[in-house]
Amino acid sequence: MADDHGRHAPKVHVTPMWIYLTVFFALAVGTVLTVVASRFDLGMWNTPIALVIATIKAVLVILFFMHVIHSTRLTWVVVIASFLWLGVLFVLTFADYLTRLWKIY
Amino acid sequence: MSSLTLHDVRLAEPEGTRNYITNDYGALSWLLTKDHKRIAILYLFSITALFILGGFFAVAMRIELLTPEGDLLTSDTYNKFFTLHGIVMIFFFLIPSIPAVLGNFLLPLMLGAKDLAFPKINLLSWYLYMIAAVMGLYIIITGGVDTGWTFYTPFSTQYSNTHVFGVTFAAFIVGFSSILTGLNFLVTIHRMRAPGLTWYRLPLFVWAMYATSIVQLLATPVLAITLVMLMFERVVHVGIFDPALGGDPLLFQHMFWFYSHPAVYIMILPAMGVASEVVAAFTRKKIFGYAFVAYSSLAIAFLGFLVWAHHMFVSGISVYSAMIFSFLSYFVAVPSAIKVFNWTATLYRASVALMTPMLYILGFIGLFTIGGVTGLFLAAIGLDIHVTDTYFVVAHFHYVMVGGAVMAYMAGLHYWWPKITGRMYPEWWARLAALLIFAGFNLTFLPQFILGYLGMPRRYHAYAPEFQVLNVMSTAGASVLAAGYILPLIYLLWSLWFGRKAGPNPWGAVGLEWATSSPPPMENFHETPVVTWDAYDYPAMMKAMGETQNV
Amino acid sequence: MSEITLTGDTPVPHEEHHHPFLQHHFEDLGQQHEASTLGMWMFLSTEILFFGGVLCAYWVYRVLYPEAWAIGAAQQIWWLGAINTIVLIISSLTMALAVRNAQLGRRMGTVYMLIATLFFGSIFLGVKAYEYMKHWQEGLFPGAAFHWNEVPALAPKVQLFMTFYWSMTGLHALHMIIGAGLLLWFIWRAWAGHFGPEYYGPVEVMGLYWHFVDIVWIFLFPFLYLIHGAHHG
Repeated sequence: MADDHGRHAPKVHVTPMWIYLTVFFALAVGTVLTVVASRFDLGMWNTPIALVIATIKAVLVILFFMHVIHSTRLTWVVVIASFLWLGVLFVLTFADYLTRLWKIY
Repeated sequence: MSSLTLHDVRLAEPEGTRNYITNDYGALSWLLTKDHKRIAILYLFSITALFILGGFFAVAMRIELLTPEGDLLTSDTYNKFFTLHGIVMIFFFLIPSIPAVLGNFLLPLMLGAKDLAFPKINLLSWYLYMIAAVMGLYIIITGGVDTGWTFYTPFSTQYSNTHVFGVTFAAFIVGFSSILTGLNFLVTIHRMRAPGLTWYRLPLFVWAMYATSIVQLLATPVLAITLVMLMFERVVHVGIFDPALGGDPLLFQHMFWFYSHPAVYIMILPAMGVASEVVAAFTRKKIFGYAFVAYSSLAIAFLGFLVWAHHMFVSGISVYSAMIFSFLSYFVAVPSAIKVFNWTATLYRASVALMTPMLYILGFIGLFTIGGVTGLFLAAIGLDIHVTDTYFVVAHFHYVMVGGAVMAYMAGLHYWWPKITGRMYPEWWARLAALLIFAGFNLTFLPQFILGYLGMPRRYHAYAPEFQVLNVMSTAGASVLAAGYILPLIYLLWSLWFGRKAGPNPWGAVGLEWATSSPPPMENFHETPVVTWDAYDYPAMMKAMGETQNV
Repeated sequence: MSEITLTGDTPVPHEEHHHPFLQHHFEDLGQQHEASTLGMWMFLSTEILFFGGVLCAYWVYRVLYPEAWAIGAAQQIWWLGAINTIVLIISSLTMALAVRNAQLGRRMGTVYMLIATLFFGSIFLGVKAYEYMKHWQEGLFPGAAFHWNEVPALAPKVQLFMTFYWSMTGLHALHMIIGAGLLLWFIWRAWAGHFGPEYYGPVEVMGLYWHFVDIVWIFLFPFLYLIHGAHHG
């Protein structure tokens, strides 16, 4: 993890307009999709579909609007670690709630 | 620019010239400072005052517990005292102590930087701490809180008649103080290391602060939101945690302990960092297994997040999740053990200078091991059912937090005292205090293991008569312990005016902080050091000095 | 007492042309930029855990009380939520374009995009205020003022849902208000010409914060408005 401290000015990576506009369009489409999907009874799939669409939208914002796609490895680590830690909270908490009704005998 | 070696780093001008203390005078120059060293001193005063406050509650409890009857304090008052002792000691003393005092002071020095990454945020951290402390003080004076520092619902949300809202709000604020300190340290370590200072050349104290900061950053926000929900529930009774309205009290406990278990690693990781520094300095050896010790800090930080429900084995969680958490809890002991092995290996066949910091750390290694092993007993569900909520638990966590963290804090305070103040403390008085603390501590808490095993419950102001002898021993020990804590208050203050003046490196230790004057100048170093030497490179240093060290 | 010998020449420190916004403890603007973006990312990670905490509680009860949760979501005006989602996405676009303009040194372009971001953010807050007002009038604020009772057995749990609705959207709105305040300050700074290709960090950092608040809403919208079973009548 040796860092270069010899840099002087910040490096500028200018994202082209068409990327921003494409992502915006995708986000808008995603919003419409999630509303439409919620109106149909898809049984147990409603929730996962909503989650997947929301996650894709969030990933697009993170990668392109927040420039993570060309950020340092450290930035990636911070982003991924945060969601991982949140995942720990969810998984281990639900490990309790989902197993409460299991009977031993 | 030619590369400098350890003994090329230019020091400040000889004594008598300006350092960070003499650089500027007046209360505002301290209260509005952005200098990390001054902020560390501000914290030193604050946490010392709060330690005394927390100690007062402990003294009162121990006196009450001299007799089986609840005769000194009513049960309500006793409830408030153990609550406030916990809140003050954990949130306002232990969690800030080493990071906010020693970490703040030393981190930029150890990294060869001029300050932390965000000096103004550093000052904000202290002000958040002080605002919370003043709020807490006001609440104590106007009646206190009686829920236990754990604020379990629904007692805290519905039944307690004390200032629950106020205290949780104060805890919320002091949490942000902790978060911002952690954030500052992480960015500083990543982005402000001196040229040549690669990760594997860092002192182990820096690795420890790095791991601590990760925990502070990621755990504390969950406490914050939990307290927000508690405050909301206290004001608008909707049943977030009330079973009658569909809520689950265990949800509070899950979210509370998601923070509060990692919080204990916030308290112990810095202490382990201090231990590494002191062991290296007073054996003049590189710590055995440097990489293992470094990585074990990160492992503790990560694994510490996976074990929280071992505080909830008897609360009503499912047996299956209890088994998972018990299993995971055993893992977190492994990296701690690795550290103890490595310190011991460093001490093996070393020429050990038994100065005060080393005495504290030798005590730390032993007492932390006892505390840690008894933690493993508690991780076994079957055993925990027997000893949970008894004095066994009380003894366990005091062994790790006081026998561990506080002793390491004392070690660090003494070790770096000459750097911080430019003065030496009086060695013989300091050694006496260390021995008093060690003896007093063990006399106080060893009996409590036995009491707990015999069944004496915690958080009660009265107990069955057969427990009295052990309780009297414990209180006697507490008196010795108190004397041991009072001594440093006196002689450390004394040393500020009358202590022997210290040079830049009175211990002959290797580390960037020892390559600048004592006390350091405002800007820490007159020029940015370029690091070409390994961590704890004692052979190189001693060769350069011709091995003519007299401390 | 040990002495460390001083040998060698002191390298002459070269005086950089001091950019007015270079803080003294940083070596150069590059280091300052990297430190401030890393700092903001770390702050955002605390926010992820902060919002994540209440989301975890929300999900625990959603799994326990799916019917009450669906009813609760049915009380929302879904198309207002949808409009607000689009509005926030637009504001994220304008924020990203503001950063881009700052990188390209376009002073007024930065100003206009920041104003646009503030404009759309304000629309969001206005719609939210309207929704809150309606909910209050319909007796959907938890506590003494709550008087939804169509299914009495489920009323306490619907109240619980509304607790999460108000606290989660309330926290989000609070973050937006803070963001709006920051935007006002940045509009002034941009207009005063503070930003350019060598110093656009603050705008980028502002953008990171704003996008994060957008991402929170991207999740809140389906969670609070679109639970299936919420559209019967």
